[in-house]
Amino acid sequence: MPQKIHIEIDRELCTGCGICIRFCPKDVLGESGTLNQYGNFYTEVKKLEECIVCRQCELYCPDFAISVEVKE
Amino acid sequence: MITGKELREKYIRNQPTAFCPGCGDGMVLNGMSRAVENLGIERKDIVAVSGIGCAAWVVSPYWRVDTLHTTHGRAIPHAIGVKVGNKDLNVVVVSGDGDCVGIGGNHLIHACRNNIDLTVIMINNGLYAMTGGQVAPTTEHGEKTITTPYGNPSQGMDVAELVKAAGASHVARWTTYHMRELTKEVEYALEKKGLSFIEVITQCPTRTGKKDNLSTLEMLEWYKNNTSKNPEDGKITVGRSVDKERPEMADVIYEQIISAGGTLK
Amino acid sequence: MRSPGVYFQEGNLACAEGAMAAGLGFFAGYPITPASEVMHHLARTLPATGGRFIQMEDEIGSMAAITGASWTGLKSMTSTSGPGFSLMMENLGYAYMTETPCVIVNVQRAGPSTGQATKPGTGDVMQSRFGSHGDYEMIALSPNSVQEMFDFTVRAFNLAERYRTPVVLLADAGIGHMREKFTIPEDIEIVERKKPKEGDREFFHTDEKDHVPPMPSFGEGRELLVTGSTHRGDGTRDTAGYDTQDKLVRRLKAKIDDNQQDIIDWEEDSVEDAELVVVSYGSMSRPARGAVKRARKDGLNVGFFRPKVMWPSPEERLKEIGKNSKILLAELSLRGYRMEVERCVGSEKMHVYDRLNSLPTIDMIYTKIKEVMG
Repeated sequence: MPQKIHIEIDRELCTGCGICIRFCPKDVLGESGTLNQYGNFYTEVKKLEECIVCRQCELYCPDFAISVEVKE
Repeated sequence: MITGKELREKYIRNQPTAFCPGCGDGMVLNGMSRAVENLGIERKDIVAVSGIGCAAWVVSPYWRVDTLHTTHGRAIPHAIGVKVGNKDLNVVVVSGDGDCVGIGGNHLIHACRNNIDLTVIMINNGLYAMTGGQVAPTTEHGEKTITTPYGNPSQGMDVAELVKAAGASHVARWTTYHMRELTKEVEYALEKKGLSFIEVITQCPTRTGKKDNLSTLEMLEWYKNNTSKNPEDGKITVGRSVDKERPEMADVIYEQIISAGGTLK
Repeated sequence: MRSPGVYFQEGNLACAEGAMAAGLGFFAGYPITPASEVMHHLARTLPATGGRFIQMEDEIGSMAAITGASWTGLKSMTSTSGPGFSLMMENLGYAYMTETPCVIVNVQRAGPSTGQATKPGTGDVMQSRFGSHGDYEMIALSPNSVQEMFDFTVRAFNLAERYRTPVVLLADAGIGHMREKFTIPEDIEIVERKKPKEGDREFFHTDEKDHVPPMPSFGEGRELLVTGSTHRGDGTRDTAGYDTQDKLVRRLKAKIDDNQQDIIDWEEDSVEDAELVVVSYGSMSRPARGAVKRARKDGLNVGFFRPKVMWPSPEERLKEIGKNSKILLAELSLRGYRMEVERCVGSEKMHVYDRLNSLPTIDMIYTKIKEVMG
């Protein structure tokens, strides 16, 4: 059965540091161009279909803002 | 595999944190939490002790365990009280370089000599960040900081070498570029009997970043290019430098109580 | 640990015995004259009672370690003298702010600085009250016999546990190194700290009249936040808010202030209508009392007053006495308790017999009494 991947980014926790974008090997993530309430450009998912669930983004996020969920 | 959200809900509190965007402190917290999760240690069996500075905030208030947020440089002796008081607890100290080896350096040396079973994580950003970017014991020679505007007349100290000489039974150094290795190292430290010392070279986007005109990502890139597991490469050596067995102090104290005929209070 | 009975021993040993009788679970200290005998005795004896003993790298570490250990549920103590006491000031404030019960024994010696290590002095009286920074209150007891070294050590633990606060035993080399008879009684009143109930979430705030919140221990799964920064009832920091700072610092002060009647203690003799009252404490109070006795024998109307608890001070009583009587403060320092007594009785009533380095003879104090009485 194909995997159903969902990447949840908490916009208010994300500080827009860009670390997840840098460490994603598949360029799944990118800057949103929108400010959250703290004045940070949060990250958003650009190419979900490329995600290989390596979880680098979760591991490197200093703000616990990213969650990669997989449903079989 | 635990998801980021599950990890956050289980281990983190009082978000959003006060850390600046791109701060390495949150990354260390991330790695520590994963290490605990991977080992299956219960949160109630962990006490996290910290001193003063940005790094102290990693565990207090953000880590969802028992925390003791103490005075500047004194996290380690407070932690010794906790460990000797109840050796069933996993005691973790998170400390900045100024806190750990500047004002608290003597305590660090003696904790290593005692080889007491603590996991000491020293977050090294090379300066005093919270107070405005002053020179620290880890700042390189010649570096310009707010209190060394003409260049640091002193030398940076290799803390990993110091604790090795002082007798820690486990010493390692990583950077925030090495999150997988760091997580594994914390796991190893939590299980290792005796004093474990992990230095984490960490970006400070606000102080170092501004001073050297480097972004968070440029600093992480620098860590990648300027570190090596091979000491002969002439780069910053990362990896485990000490892993040995020595008697652990709390164990010995408990044994002495039993052999004196005492029943532990 | 010795069984109940009568012993002939030095004050420092009686202090160590008192600590064990009170249920000492953790001792950390650093060697210093004239307090070392407290730790010598505990190093040998404490393990058999199930208590932990460690020698730390310095007094900063000792004070820190007893604070950490107290949060594991153990009664904890350190012992030191002036130079070490100075180093403890930082973490003494921390113990106060985090409401950590612990006992600090200061066997005072002649200062300032290194001074004279083997000689008695009481120059740390103000330091024990004001030595750490910020607004705070301290409890400090002053024994004047080997028996009181035992009794007051027990009481210091009881007060620390009762009020969740550090307590100082302000002894001096005269008492610490003196040998005399003392009794370890059969029945000793022991106070245990107030423990939280299941589900309690606030360990740094209470609406109870005594202002003492319950104290949990590490390892109970309560996700405790213990911090020396200003904090709310649940332990979370508030680094800038007005209300949190105001509420916390005032409650901590009220904890001592409003329970003064339970804490303060003194002894007095023939104070009513005395022309002159000799106020003294610690080892100096022994020749002072002798001089008062002789004066009375010689028909002089002299009373005697000795604070057993220095802080909070017996302020009201001193004020009453000062209304009708001249005061002669006899102490082993120049400014030990002087400012406090003078504040209570007024400078026109105040006379001082101060001495440094060693105890005076009864004669010397008696001469001063006669001089003051004219």
